[in-house]
Amino acid sequence: MEAASTAAAADGRPEAPSLRAARRRYGEDLIKGVLVLAALISLLTTAGIVYALLKETIVFFGDVGIGEFLFGTKWTPLFGSASFGVLPLVAGTFATTFIALLVAIPLGLAAAIYLSEYARPRVRKTIKPMLELLAGVPTIVFGYFALTFFTPEILRSFFNLHVAIFNALAAGIIIGFLIIPIVASISEDSMRSVPQALREGAFGLGASKFQVSLRVVFPAALSGIVASVVLAMSRAVGETMVVLIAGGQQPQWGIDVGKSMETLTAFIGATAKGDAATGSIAYKTIFAVGTTLFVITLVMNLISIRFVRKYRQVYE
Amino acid sequence: MAEPVTESPEIRVETPQPASDAEGSRPEWKRAREPIFHLDDVTVSYGDNAAVRDVTFDIARHEITALIGPSGCGKSTLIRCLNRMNDLIPSARVEGKVVYHGQDLYGPEVDAVEVRKRIGMVFQKPNPFPKSIYDNIAFGPRVLGMKGDLDEIVEQALRSAAVWDEVKDRLRTNAFGMSGGQQQRLCIARCLAVEPDVILMDEPCSALDPISTGKIEDLMIDLKQQYSIVIVTHNMQQAARVSDKTAFFTVELDEDEKNRTGRVVEFDDTEKIFTNPSDPRTEAYVTGKVG
Amino acid sequence: MSARQEAIGRPSGSQRAKDQSFRVALLACLAVAIGLLVVLLIDVVLDGAGTLSWHFINSFTSISADKAGIQAALWGTIWLMGVCALFIVPVGVATAIYLEEYGDSTKWWNRLIELNIQNLAAVPSIVYGILGLAFLVRGPLSLGTVVLAGGLTLGLLVLPMVIIAGREALRAVPSSIREGSMALGATQWQTIWRQVLPAAIPGIATGVILALSRAIGETAPLIVVGAATVIAFNPSGVDSQFTAMPIQIFDWISRASNDINNYRPLAAAAILLLMILLLAMNSVAIWLRNRYEQKW
Repeated sequence: MEAASTAAAADGRPEAPSLRAARRRYGEDLIKGVLVLAALISLLTTAGIVYALLKETIVFFGDVGIGEFLFGTKWTPLFGSASFGVLPLVAGTFATTFIALLVAIPLGLAAAIYLSEYARPRVRKTIKPMLELLAGVPTIVFGYFALTFFTPEILRSFFNLHVAIFNALAAGIIIGFLIIPIVASISEDSMRSVPQALREGAFGLGASKFQVSLRVVFPAALSGIVASVVLAMSRAVGETMVVLIAGGQQPQWGIDVGKSMETLTAFIGATAKGDAATGSIAYKTIFAVGTTLFVITLVMNLISIRFVRKYRQVYE
Repeated sequence: MAEPVTESPEIRVETPQPASDAEGSRPEWKRAREPIFHLDDVTVSYGDNAAVRDVTFDIARHEITALIGPSGCGKSTLIRCLNRMNDLIPSARVEGKVVYHGQDLYGPEVDAVEVRKRIGMVFQKPNPFPKSIYDNIAFGPRVLGMKGDLDEIVEQALRSAAVWDEVKDRLRTNAFGMSGGQQQRLCIARCLAVEPDVILMDEPCSALDPISTGKIEDLMIDLKQQYSIVIVTHNMQQAARVSDKTAFFTVELDEDEKNRTGRVVEFDDTEKIFTNPSDPRTEAYVTGKVG
Repeated sequence: MSARQEAIGRPSGSQRAKDQSFRVALLACLAVAIGLLVVLLIDVVLDGAGTLSWHFINSFTSISADKAGIQAALWGTIWLMGVCALFIVPVGVATAIYLEEYGDSTKWWNRLIELNIQNLAAVPSIVYGILGLAFLVRGPLSLGTVVLAGGLTLGLLVLPMVIIAGREALRAVPSSIREGSMALGATQWQTIWRQVLPAAIPGIATGVILALSRAIGETAPLIVVGAATVIAFNPSGVDSQFTAMPIQIFDWISRASNDINNYRPLAAAAILLLMILLLAMNSVAIWLRNRYEQKW
């Protein structure tokens, strides 16, 4: 060790050791700088998204009035006499999302309650991977399944519904299954964090498992459950492939879910696929619709994050 | 050279030979008590709460200084000041002076990393790295760029910590396979490998069984010939057994009974603290009247 | 059943029936959820197993469906994953290290970075496609619709997953290890590089593999970025045009609307291959986690 504390001086007394660094630790500062730069990439990503979306959207609103966009009910941007009312797309998005939540909330919460309150460890070990598998299937596979099996075999054959081959109902239901793992895993997490003491108190009073799950655990885990639903909703809103493949590309300002209802995401996917030239009206609509989509999901994400913080705070 | 004892392995202690040792008589400075640390009115706070206040005493070379006192009196907080480990806690603040070999430990030019090279620490719960025994010991010398044969450094450190014979045939096995007492001696060896000046021990035996504790206490007494040791301990008898000087801390509650602050009541020779303490609070503690 | 009877703790017959039917209802819901997954898997296997063959893997796509294969898409996917991994590993791990080891969470800018990452994790994947289109394919970098642009777009998409997994892996390393290292006189970076990071690598590797599993199946960003569908060559470099498995699958599904018998088996076979790749990746991740997980 250089500068060791036992350098002998003339009278044999050990020298007082120097506590100054041999040289300023530039290496440490440099490394910290590199790490900060890496962390900034995530900030730049958001900045990039916002900038990219806004830049073209502002140009778009130079051509198309913002009122027509936000409140118009006809969306035919690529026709000769174009209409730019985004509401049909928003209707399509929310219709499919609503249907998806009708599927995902009961099934997801049921799974969460079962895994958290009822299942034995061995059963949990088998079921959890299956839910993870459900979460891991690429959305294009769900889209394929919706179009080639679910609509013809289940909706049309089995349930005898008169739906078009591309319809919002099938898309919505399949998206619902797709988001079940989000509801299930975050809700289950939240329920498991409820202290055992609360349950035991209720059991001690003679309550059944059913009553404890619904009247004690569920309310206590509510912020986490709400967070999971909002996050699942955000995911459903942003889902593209299922609606692009099975939901059709006809915007509809109405509520006939048996027919095609183009969503915000499906429009972007369909239009971008056609390789729109930079600066063309098609190119600009991609960004305008993209901004709408981004804003909706941003609001939902922030709400969900707040709820997650709330439930984590209470028990940690 | 220490005589070989039946259970402990031979420990080689090398004392630096001063130039003026011509007639074999030790020079004056070796006989006098030489302080290496001087604490002057040291107060350590976390945020707004003072954990320990107005601490003033010396720590001398080649002595074992014990810090004793009830829970929450700030002994661990204080010992962590001596090697600037409190720097790792963002809300920690140190006031007063901590002087080490004449230099202010918290001075603006002082590099905490250099401080820790010279003042080592052994923790309450043994914390070996998840690596082999060899790599645990070799870590310090490697990162500090020490010169010399690594194998020799490792062996020397393990011998000095009285654990060489138990592990010499399994140096490449994972340290987690050792027992608690062995792990703690490994941690001591790890500390010795970087050739510190001072060794701080924060309740080193509280997680160990009595036999391991005994081994470590014997080790401490051997080590003080070459190093200076400061030990925090909950165990009064341990302090009485091994230490030369003892500082007794007490804990005070403030007016609204929310914050506990420690302070040093008495600092003296260990024998005096335990047989004839000056302060009644000390007497109450060491005779077991209060916990 | 009266409240008083409830309090005494003797469940009546109807109470027990309610409990039982609740339990059954829960199981039924689980069965439906998992049942759909099972039906989906069976459907894909039935549709595609017949077409999945070495010929399929080694051929390029073709106008005549019975000659078509997935080679270009498979290699395109492999190249994309390579670029993606080379991006997300250093950037993701570095960001995780910064946030866990250096970032003081009382400072607002660090909290902003954390919030930002949580938000990015939930931004729709198609928006990342728009980002890639605007900045990488066209715009300032103007890379064109090449492997590098596609790989980076996917990388930005899954980067938050790597950061979050990396932070958890670092957090799992006990602070006693850091203290032990610092107490010996190691610097912060020496401690991280030689003790903390090595101990966190299994968790980080698992996170990276799971991120790649997500990236491999993403179609929407690649559509927007403009990955072509009729590519009959494998990428020769990061500046090559490319196709990818999800894109090829999408193309065949679209064609199947008109010509279901020829194109549906192709789409299904490609899906099957994709699922097999995913299964392999996830198995590696699980194996890694079980084999190397550090028990403290």
